[in-house]
Amino acid sequence: MAKQLYYEDVEVGIEIPPLVKCPTTRQLVQWAGASGDYYELHYDKDFAQAQGFPNVLVHGKLKFGLLGQMLTDWIGEGGILRKLSCSYRGTDFPGEEIVCKGRVANKYVKDGEHIVECEIWTENPSGEKTTPGNATVILPSRAQDKKEA
Amino acid sequence: MQQASIITDEMKEQLGVEGTPTILEVEKGHIRMMAEALDDPNPLWQDEEYAKKTRYGGIVAPPALLCNARAGTGRGVQMKSPFLRALAGGDELQYYLPVRPGDVITSVSKIAEYNEREGRMGKMLFTIIDTTYKNQRGEVVATSRSTSISY
Repeated sequence: MAKQLYYEDVEVGIEIPPLVKCPTTRQLVQWAGASGDYYELHYDKDFAQAQGFPNVLVHGKLKFGLLGQMLTDWIGEGGILRKLSCSYRGTDFPGEEIVCKGRVANKYVKDGEHIVECEIWTENPSGEKTTPGNATVILPSRAQDKKEA
Repeated sequence: MQQASIITDEMKEQLGVEGTPTILEVEKGHIRMMAEALDDPNPLWQDEEYAKKTRYGGIVAPPALLCNARAGTGRGVQMKSPFLRALAGGDELQYYLPVRPGDVITSVSKIAEYNEREGRMGKMLFTIIDTTYKNQRGEVVATSRSTSISY
């Protein structure tokens, strides 16, 4: 794993390393099985087209999971994901790139916890934010580590 | 004449009513399936030897484990809508404690509110559902707020 991220490494405005994904129909089926979401809209093209979509749709909650992966990769095992929130505003289709991105919106210390708030989203190939949201993480602090050592 | 609301009295009666609980016995195999579906190679989800050396002391579940049908997110409630088509609108999860293999998670959902809006394709119903997830010790490991859109 990459080296641990600390509270002191983070400044408001910095970007979270993006996570690039390109879900296949196969991955949607894997997700259906793992999550227990068997809604036909996500694997039956005839069903999706009857609903007015050109193809099956990537599950919103799969995108939630991918944003979660971007965050847990970033904060490492020493960080804690406290809150993850997103809206499924736009549709994404298999075979198209989904880029998970994020930016630090705020950082502060409260009750001894080093809290970082982030704006997060997924972007489609046209650069549209199809899944905007926000997240709160708690990071270890170098200063605190020193005190405890 | 005032246009009738799509939110009926029968629907209003369901506000705040706790639904049937969902019980999820968390297994390593399930965590692995989830990590594979996300294509997330983080060893914290799968590598016991690695995970033992972290402050978690063992494998834990990725955040997506508690945000889906299998975990009971938004399940067990009496959802009613005059519309046939439905989409997920969004999810908000608050995490309090790690979830580990062997945990038995009981989740209970309830409808928190309804909102109706005029969309591009006519009226839409937004149903907000809150879910609480507890482990076998009765500790709240997470809470969620999910929006379901029907139209």
